[in-house]
Amino acid sequence: MSRTAGKGDVAALIFGVALMLIMPMLISTYTLTVLVIYGMLGLSLGLIWGFGGILCFGQAAFFGLGAYTYAVAAINIGESTLPMLLSILVPALFAALLGAMMFCGRLTDVYLGVITLVVTLILFKFTNSTAGPQYKIGEARLGGFNGIPGFHTLNVPGQPNAYIWGEPLYYVCAVALLVVFFFVTWLLRTPFGRIAVGIRENETRVSLMGYDVRARKTALFAIGAGIAGLAVGLFANWAEIVTPGLFSLGQSAEIIIWCIVGGLGTRFGPILGAAGLAYLKFMLGQQTMVDNTLITGIILVMFVLFLPKGIVPAVTSLWTVSFAKRTPKGRRHRSSARRRGGAHG
Amino acid sequence: MDLSFVILVEILYGIASLALISAGLAVVFGMMKVINLAHGEFMMMGGYATITAVNLGVNVFVAMLIVAPLVVGLIGLVVERLVIRHLYGRLVDTMLATWGLSLFFVGSVTMIFGNTTTSITTPIKGFSVGNYQINGYNFFIIFITICLLAGIYVLLKTTRAGLIARGTMQRSDIAAALGYSPDRIYMATFFFGSALSGLAGAVLAPLVGLVPTSGGIYIAKAFITVIAGGPSLIAGLISSAGLFGLVNQVFTFAISPVIGEVALLVAAVILLRLLPQGVTARFFKGKM
Amino acid sequence: MTVLNRRKFLGRGAALTGTTLTGAAMMPGFALAADTIKLGSILDTSGPFDAYGKPMDMAMRLAVSQINAAGGLLGKQVEVISYDTQSDMALYTQYGQQLTRKDRVDVVHGGILSASREAIRQTMRKTQTLYFYNVLYEGGVCDRNIFINGVTPAQQVEALVPYAMEKAGKKVYILAADYNYGQYMASWIKKFVADNGGETIGVDFFPLDVSDFGSTIAKIQTAGPDLVIAPLVGGNHLSFFRQWAAAGMKDRIPLASTTLGVGNEHKVLTPEEGNGIMVAYNYSQELDTPENNAFKEAWAAANDGDQSMHEIAVSNYHGLLTWAEGVRKAGSLDRDAIIAALETGVSITGPGGVVTVDPKTHHAVLDVHLMEIQDQRMRVIKSLPQRQPIDTQAVCDLEANPDDNTQYEIQI
Repeated sequence: MSRTAGKGDVAALIFGVALMLIMPMLISTYTLTVLVIYGMLGLSLGLIWGFGGILCFGQAAFFGLGAYTYAVAAINIGESTLPMLLSILVPALFAALLGAMMFCGRLTDVYLGVITLVVTLILFKFTNSTAGPQYKIGEARLGGFNGIPGFHTLNVPGQPNAYIWGEPLYYVCAVALLVVFFFVTWLLRTPFGRIAVGIRENETRVSLMGYDVRARKTALFAIGAGIAGLAVGLFANWAEIVTPGLFSLGQSAEIIIWCIVGGLGTRFGPILGAAGLAYLKFMLGQQTMVDNTLITGIILVMFVLFLPKGIVPAVTSLWTVSFAKRTPKGRRHRSSARRRGGAHG
Repeated sequence: MDLSFVILVEILYGIASLALISAGLAVVFGMMKVINLAHGEFMMMGGYATITAVNLGVNVFVAMLIVAPLVVGLIGLVVERLVIRHLYGRLVDTMLATWGLSLFFVGSVTMIFGNTTTSITTPIKGFSVGNYQINGYNFFIIFITICLLAGIYVLLKTTRAGLIARGTMQRSDIAAALGYSPDRIYMATFFFGSALSGLAGAVLAPLVGLVPTSGGIYIAKAFITVIAGGPSLIAGLISSAGLFGLVNQVFTFAISPVIGEVALLVAAVILLRLLPQGVTARFFKGKM
Repeated sequence: MTVLNRRKFLGRGAALTGTTLTGAAMMPGFALAADTIKLGSILDTSGPFDAYGKPMDMAMRLAVSQINAAGGLLGKQVEVISYDTQSDMALYTQYGQQLTRKDRVDVVHGGILSASREAIRQTMRKTQTLYFYNVLYEGGVCDRNIFINGVTPAQQVEALVPYAMEKAGKKVYILAADYNYGQYMASWIKKFVADNGGETIGVDFFPLDVSDFGSTIAKIQTAGPDLVIAPLVGGNHLSFFRQWAAAGMKDRIPLASTTLGVGNEHKVLTPEEGNGIMVAYNYSQELDTPENNAFKEAWAAANDGDQSMHEIAVSNYHGLLTWAEGVRKAGSLDRDAIIAALETGVSITGPGGVVTVDPKTHHAVLDVHLMEIQDQRMRVIKSLPQRQPIDTQAVCDLEANPDDNTQYEIQI
């Protein structure tokens, strides 16, 4: 990766903007909005797992936490700007605390996965059991299993009555995704990002070089959670209801699967995986011939067997094999293959 | 006095059921390093196998203890040959594949059996302890779990097959050099693990209603128990199930079922923070 | 530009093929709009809630085919556009938008959980699409755009509690599902227990994923009630009834429930486990009325002899009939005309008896039957005709405030 913003970035920007403008002609914007939001959520895990090597089973915890933060804050404040900021900050802070606890305990690998999973389950069980009238934060009833409907949705900052919804909401989300994408790109080029990747490759070596591995992992973890928080702030505005289902095991697994299907260790892969699989689910719901879970299951198994590296790396390597000269692209691909094998050890 | 006996039985039952639902996963994940997200669905299919067999006139105990493990073991065998065997050593990919499998099983069972809850009657009558009525089936579950753990221990520790399996899991290249086929051994171990899951599902089936999605409630608990247990299979299962089962039941009695579940989860977080590699990485080292 | 338009057009055609009942599926949507009435249906027909959703879907299709066989409505055939939300709340939002903005349906029937209703209710209101929610629920929704015909807590409990207390005794223990419905239900039970001179000695709430009730059963025995009322919900909670029987409690303390059997759960319990449990609903397969017999026959004929109809499926069927009656009466498909027609107190006679629209609340006045489970059937003990939705009536008056748009929490 080159250090400065090069041709690749300009191309990516043009491609992104073009995609943002063209997609509404193919798919209705209300569906696109959620695809974009899921893309951002996929990217948040793609960053901390694909580049930081932190397998987080609990990305849904940040997703749900952000959603409840937004809903509770929006009901109490009645304006969306501060709640949006809170929905980014609260998950990030929570992740920083959780990360500090985990990484200082030198938890790694699946043990880390289990802790994040357990934290998600605790939050799920808690929100699920808040149906009683005693669970109230300010004006907002937590509502248990049924969730919180009817909160104030996104408005133009400072003008509580100028709601942003429908088509404009899509463009807000799409631009936010572009911003996050380039933020991640930038982050990975900074020394911080390079060291994060170094930690993924060999934690001991990096720590022997004198870097504080724990602090760096915690920071990366918090950034990922913040991105998930932004995604869910937008999600809450799109769905107009938040439910404990956001914290569920299924939601967590889905985010992980988006990353694997799209391609781990790439920036574009998780976005593509998320949007693609969510759209597939949406399309499947329109047919009634075969049970939908069955089809989704078969597709996932096929993926592991035939496209084990995910879509983006597969396409990249196909491209490399058929067109490109033996450029650095090929090298990058090989290193990503090694990494996935290494996840085991 | 009567009450404390009832509570004691409930605590033992809590521990036993936790160990029971985790045993299959302990083999598949603990030994083979396959993150089997379809573990719950294997249990669910064990339950359906039992109910189908009982409806066909098979004795309920035969159905639970023989038919269900065999059926689920065979399903596991097919799955291993078609999918899992390509994925050994690829921890993350096993996760995606087994998640896909779990959805596939939920979908297929829905198509075959429909989505209404099905179940069979508990085969053992309740009885009284002083003023209290107590579920006789609890004792059966405790008994089965003890037998099962003892059985696994004997199998792995004292038989040649167990020795070969353990050796292969540690160094499959050496095992191959000694003339054993790791491929076959992995296959057999996966069969064994699936059969254990099927057995657990079958034994629990009379207590809980079965729907195609009921596997989902077990997977997280089983995972937490296995991982908190650490590298030793039996000692790990007993210690983590013992701790979590105790915490869960005590809080359930004292406050409510939700708090009981949350207490279990909090205990897991604290435990893993203190013993990051699981209980048996620190204590009972080198035991089975 | 033309290329894009063609794709969009093809996409639309493809989306319709999977879902339409009529043979004209390949024609683009706008061409159909003129000669059929579009009915949107949005239900979980796969995933954990499909035990409720699938029979509801069958009931909806049965009603539509009967309406069409009888010549349709206003001389037009009814066309179904249905989506499977796969028990995923986010999909409700998406398909709700799809139905109202892209398919532009004339009416939407559907939603199962209260969360799913709240996920689409505002969309329906914003786009002025008439919405029917046909499920037994916790009550209190006050919105002129929605019609609800499921029984509400007061309608059930008002009948069930006095009967059960007379039979069992005055000390009551409540075990309720821990979500809104269960919470409301528990407070209504407490109220009626007190009104009938009894005492509630314990209330426990269980999240929907709890399936182990061993310690609870011990706890209940410590309290020693005369009667246990259990509004527990779903497959996991069904374990309670089996574990209760397995512990030998069934002959010691009688049980009543306001939810057991809604998804045909009583057919799953063996006679030893289920016999004697007291319930109260609008529908039972055992109702011996000409309407119900005809309904069961038509259902079996349409679904290869299947008999999986249950309370909510019948509610969905009632909802379809009520809407059709409203359209006939209004003589047009205009939303306001249909609402006005329905508000005259339209009445239909369905498998569950006479169902009348309550103009004040847009809820239903309906028969409630006291029943006892006997050999996997719900034996009707007593029928209480035409119960008013008194809980929602206490908070909601759409005649006085037609712009109301809230779900009230009913204070007792």
